Parts: sequence; C-alpha cells; structure tokens
Amino acid sequence: MRTKEITSTLIKANASLIKLNINGKNHQIELKPWVTLLDCLREYLDLTGTKKGCDHGQCGACTVICDGKRILSCLTLAAMKDGSEITTIEGIANEGELHPLQKAFIEHDAFQCGYCTPGQICSAIGMFKEGKAKTEADVKDLMSGNLCRCGANTNIINAIMEVKNGGVNERL
Amino acid sequence: MNDFNYGKVATFTEAIANVSTSDQNKYIAGGTNLIDLLKYNLLQVNELVDVNGLREETIKQLENGSIFLDAFATNADTAYHPIIENEFPLLSKAILAGASAQIRNMATNGGNLLQRTRCYYFYDANTPCNKREPGSGCSAINGYNRNLAILGTSENCIAVFPSDMCIALAALDAVVHVTSPDGDRKILFEDFHRLPGDTPHLDNNLKHGELIIGIEIPANNFKTNYSYLKLRDRNSYAFAMISVATGIELNQNKIENISIALGGVASKPWRVKAAESFLVGKEPTRENFSAAAEMIISGAVGFEFNNFKIELAKRAIVRNCLMALNPASQLPGAQPSL
Repeated sequence: MRTKEITSTLIKANASLIKLNINGKNHQIELKPWVTLLDCLREYLDLTGTKKGCDHGQCGACTVICDGKRILSCLTLAAMKDGSEITTIEGIANEGELHPLQKAFIEHDAFQCGYCTPGQICSAIGMFKEGKAKTEADVKDLMSGNLCRCGANTNIINAIMEVKNGGVNERL
Repeated sequence: MNDFNYGKVATFTEAIANVSTSDQNKYIAGGTNLIDLLKYNLLQVNELVDVNGLREETIKQLENGSIFLDAFATNADTAYHPIIENEFPLLSKAILAGASAQIRNMATNGGNLLQRTRCYYFYDANTPCNKREPGSGCSAINGYNRNLAILGTSENCIAVFPSDMCIALAALDAVVHVTSPDGDRKILFEDFHRLPGDTPHLDNNLKHGELIIGIEIPANNFKTNYSYLKLRDRNSYAFAMISVATGIELNQNKIENISIALGGVASKPWRVKAAESFLVGKEPTRENFSAAAEMIISGAVGFEFNNFKIELAKRAIVRNCLMALNPASQLPGAQPSL
C-alpha cells in the first residue's frame, strides 16, 4: 500500500529545496540533484560525524538511519530522501548521556582510529531495530557491511553483544 | 557525476513517459548500483526518474497460486516477509547472502535484476571493454579474470552477473512483469538476461523505457528441502566465486522434482534442465548429484585465473544439493555447512 502521497516533481538541474529532519531538527537545504545524502550531511550541514570512507558503498562508514532503517548515505541522493527522518551519530546520545552502544564501545576498546566507528554504531542501532540477529554468528553476518581496517572487529562485536544481551533498553 | 535532472513520479504512466523521451533518461529506485556507476562516470544520464513512489504491497498472492513480488519493494523487506521466509525460503536465503544489510535495505527487487557486472575492467574506464564500449576489446580474457565467467562466454566478453537473488529466481522459474508505452509483457526469467555473444553491451532483453513492475513466482514444493551456497574469498560482503541455489521435492527418498541454478559462472544464472530431469526419480545421493553436476558444467571453459571454478562448481553443486537435505544446518551468509 502506498503510504505517502507522492506528487510528480521533475526538478531541473538548478538547485532544488529539500526538507530533512535530522536528529529531531527540521532543515531546508538548497542543493543540486546529484548531491549525495552523505555530502549533504557533511558539507551542507556540518554534520561531519558520518564519514566518507570509500564513497562507493563498500565500507559502511557512511551508515545513517533513515526512516528507521540503516542505509548507506554515499549511495543515496539527498533529493531521494526529501521529507525523511535521519539519525546520525550526532543524534544518538540523550542530552549529554552517551548511548549504551557508545558506552560499550569505550568499555570494550572497540575503536582505534575511530573512522569506521560512527558507521558501526549507527549500523548496530539499525540492526537492533531490524530484530533479526539472534546469535553472535548472526551479529557478525549482519554487521558485515561495516569494515574496520584497524582490526577492532572482535571488540566491536563484543561491545554489540554486551548491549544486545544487556536486558531491556527502551532507547534501542 | 554529471549534471542531471531528477524527479519523483506518482504513476507508472508518468514513469514510462518520462524515461521513454530519451535514451539518457533512467529509472532510479534504490540507486545502489546506479549511483555507483554515475560516480565512476560509467553512466551518463540526462534525467533520473525516481520510481520509489510506485511501490505497493511487498508480496501479493495471485489467483493462480503464484506470488507477485513488487519491483519497488526492498530486498530486505522481501527476504524477511513471512510469505517468503515460510513458503519460498530459498529466495530469502539467497537475498540475505548478497551485499550488506544496509544495501539490502535500499536495493529493490527490480533493480537487483538490472545490476551490472563488477568485472574490474568494465569498471575501469581506462581499459578496453566491449560491454562498456562495443568494439574496444575485452581486457579480461587475457587479464586478471579470477572472478569472471566459465560458461556462456564469447570472444567478446567473459563478464559474470553478480546477483544472488536472481540465482534463486532462476531456480524458482520466476516471470518478470514489465510495462512500457507499448503495453505490458511478461518475460520468462531464463529469457531476461543475455549471454554476451556479439552484443556484450546488452545485459538483458528489456527495451529502453520498459519498467519492471513485479516478479511472479509460481507455487512450488521446495520449502522443506532447499539451500543456497555462496563460495567467496571471505565469509561475507563479497560477490560469489561460485553460488548454487537448489530446491528439492522428495517423495519417499526419491527426487520428485529438483531445480539447480548456478551463479558466479556466467552473465546470467545457469540452469541445465537436462541435469534436473536426470535426477528425477533417483535417490538424493552424492553419486547422483555428481553425475548431474558434470552435466551442468558441461562445456565450461576456464581462463588463466579462473580455471579452478570448473572443479569448484561441480563440488559446490554436490555440496549444496546435500545441504538442501538438511536446511536447519545452514549458516548465515550462505556459508558451507555439512
């Protein structure tokens, strides 16, 4: 069933105005159709927490949560997400208190250079929302879209498993 | 990425009207391959027509007992849909073996059929490639061809079609529903993708402007014995060296019906129905599956860096058919079990 009213909007190559709700705040941004969501976040909105690792959908560093689903912002045009709700790494702490995953990543030494980390955390949040990871093998498979060149993978999985097994947490 | 126009459409009519006006106009749904091709300047477009608004129900039950996958539904929503998980689990496993969770959340069913080869030379615009530029030559035949084809190749191209979902769709006798300014038509899955022949630049038999609206899958009896096996250089997030989709219907330990499709070997999913007919009425043994594997791989030609695929494919077919006898033992990522 179509849940959104879509109206046709053929936009010419001149800049267009799109609306995004990012981390709870509404933004109106004027940009060209070929600007990716990743570049929109980093270059237009100064939200540089989301990283450009490969820019080709191969590393997962650009993972954000869009309308509740984890996606790669480097392979999305900002215009495609006009009207969407986006959560980035900047938006997951709660009034200064770290998100459980952020705390777990620190406790488990789950980052070295830190470049993959925002994508790892947003991806894990998305994974919890999907509700499909039952075992550690599932977690490894479902986190496989996020690469870590420093090799912190073991600790990343440990951090995620601790939060996964950590009992009821409404914020997930 | 070059300058292009972009717009969302609300109806099939608008979609096909806008794309049909120019060869340089393309549909965009998930964009997970298309945007990548634009970034590498392997594709130039004048206008992108966003068809995500055309999505309806992920799965519809048809009157003839078949199901209908919405072309605009995501791969993830399809793989996890209860009807697919319970009644067509081979398809679910194949989809979940592909790409990453993020990509599966974005990529659509229609788009999965249209993804292009990941041949390194196709992707490198500095090298000759007949698929990218007809007549320029094939750099892969005498190049680094480890991940390329061993079946159905021609002197012009040895590209591999990288989809996992499509291997299962081939095994399940899917039918692609398409609409265009000239009307609607249905394309049998075996007729959708092309072998390179003399026209390596054509991946499939769609005409420009045709829009995939859905994929019909007939009811089958493969929900008890099925398996998807994906062999690759690492356990996740890589394309298949060899993949196999198997569905078996058993009756008192004899094969009543079987379907085996191969991925990683050709520019389209590879099925040899004579091998399947050979197995009907026989017991599901290693010996019988080996004989069938020989028939499926018949005619394979290896190149310098992928000759191993011939023997690997035979063994993968046997292994996957045995795995299909015990789906509960299967591992995430379509890794080998048993």
